[in-house]
Amino acid sequence: MKIAVCIKRVPDSETRVKISADGTKLDEAGVKFVLNPYDEFAVEEALQRKEKAGTGEVAVFCLGPAAAQETIRTALAMGADRGVLLQSDAIPADGFVTAQAIAAELKAGSAGSWDLILFGKMAIDDYNQQVGPMVAELLGVPCVTAVAHLDIDHTTGRGIGEREIEGGIEVVEFPLPAVLTADKGLNEPRYPALKGIMAAKKKPLEVKPVQLAAGGIEVQALTPPPQRKEGKIVGEGAGAVPELVRLLREEAKVL
Amino acid sequence: MSALLAVCEQRDGTLRKISHEVVTGAHRLGGSVEAVLCAAGPVAGAEQLGKFGADKVVTLTNAAFAKYNPEGFAQAIADRVKAGGYQAVVFAASATGKDLAPRVAAKLGVGLAADCTEVAAEGGAIVATRPVYAGKALLKVKVATKPAVLSLRPNVFTPVERPKAGSAETLAVSVAAGRVVVREVKAAEAGALDVAEAQIVISGGRGLKEPANFKVIEELARAFGGQAAVGASRAVVDAGWRAHADQVGQTGKTVSPTLYIAVGISGAIQHLAGMRTSKVIVAINKDKDAPIFKVADYGVVGDLFEVVPKLTEEIKKLHG
Repeated sequence: MKIAVCIKRVPDSETRVKISADGTKLDEAGVKFVLNPYDEFAVEEALQRKEKAGTGEVAVFCLGPAAAQETIRTALAMGADRGVLLQSDAIPADGFVTAQAIAAELKAGSAGSWDLILFGKMAIDDYNQQVGPMVAELLGVPCVTAVAHLDIDHTTGRGIGEREIEGGIEVVEFPLPAVLTADKGLNEPRYPALKGIMAAKKKPLEVKPVQLAAGGIEVQALTPPPQRKEGKIVGEGAGAVPELVRLLREEAKVL
Repeated sequence: MSALLAVCEQRDGTLRKISHEVVTGAHRLGGSVEAVLCAAGPVAGAEQLGKFGADKVVTLTNAAFAKYNPEGFAQAIADRVKAGGYQAVVFAASATGKDLAPRVAAKLGVGLAADCTEVAAEGGAIVATRPVYAGKALLKVKVATKPAVLSLRPNVFTPVERPKAGSAETLAVSVAAGRVVVREVKAAEAGALDVAEAQIVISGGRGLKEPANFKVIEELARAFGGQAAVGASRAVVDAGWRAHADQVGQTGKTVSPTLYIAVGISGAIQHLAGMRTSKVIVAINKDKDAPIFKVADYGVVGDLFEVVPKLTEEIKKLHG
């Protein structure tokens, strides 16, 4: 199994968002960065697939600033074999630009084809939710997004993925090689063990500067969300319920 | 006048209601709106789209379009866009739209402004606002791509009726055989509404103490007469009490119902990310300092096992 996993460095989900002085981006001072949580499912899935096959390679690709080497090391500490950083200080708001850079690297530097190319279903910073399927389109490879359960039959080279849709689960069959994006539920990502962390320091990590086009989606402003109007405590205990219902009917007009 | 393509959805030959939102959202960009559907045959309810402002409804038919066909739909829509010269292509950020929109955008060689909560035409350009960083900030972007490809967060673009005597057209299309095939759709429990689509969502958290106690939430949901869905916090999904499909939050679903009732949920930032765009939020929690009260419009401090059954009783009176 030759598996590529595409990951992203994102602010920890507990981050307090402070907006930069120019009002267009996150003020990164003091922000803790982590491996995107959905990408953890992708890395874990790759590791399990390789372990099951007993042979193969898990390579991690990341587009990001120099500091994203640390994010790649996290994936290496989990057990990935090598990493490639496509180094760019700015990540474009246009997901297609990112997809083009990753697709070019997966096509060029990889010395042959991948059996699986895995992504998280989305990054928790920009919520773009598009780079995985776009890379699939650019490579001409089948794609299933938001996979929460996966079976692969290696004798037939076909897989079945399950994805959640409104009111049900869609069961999707696809041939390998394929691009899959991982949803929660796919597996339980492992924590890097100390041994893994030590080993990760010696694993190959290639840094390649990339020049990205600006793309057609341009950031105008990053603003705090509108403050919700100050709420009120209606009261305590079951005795407050009639008043709550009255407010929902007469004031909020939702009942 | 510019032309806008609103990509609508059907399931089992019936129009999905979210299509009304897509047409309404496309209309905000100011131009003639063409609603497009991919289906195996005529779609029941497609005629409603004129009522929400579609100037034209086009059904692209293919025998392989009975179920969602990712590659076939993407090709059919991309072909339509290339032939039609549209200024913008608008999708729903539904389960299907999230899968389909990036495929179409890539075929058109452009990026996607995903999960928008506001869209507008400003001085000839399309601008979109999207929640980022778990809803802790809003990103306003100018979408200068030709065409602009947008997807709209469900339940945000309240359908507006603006009747038009829209024309309808059915067009048989040919597409390459898909490599990715939807074999079946396993339906959730009969009658269960999806949290992402329900107008009322009642979510339970750790305060319920054990999985069996979710019955107090289910009873309240039933009291709303089939309009309410039951959601869950990450803590109880991780504990295996509820299915991931029910999870509201950053690693679950994003919901924007008219009424959101959080029961025994403290309000961790991951949970707020999934429900802060709800129109009215009610919190029921025994801890008066729980962060959920900071976003709630109405709060009741108290034992949920007393408060929720009383609320169920009152709601039953209204619906009874």
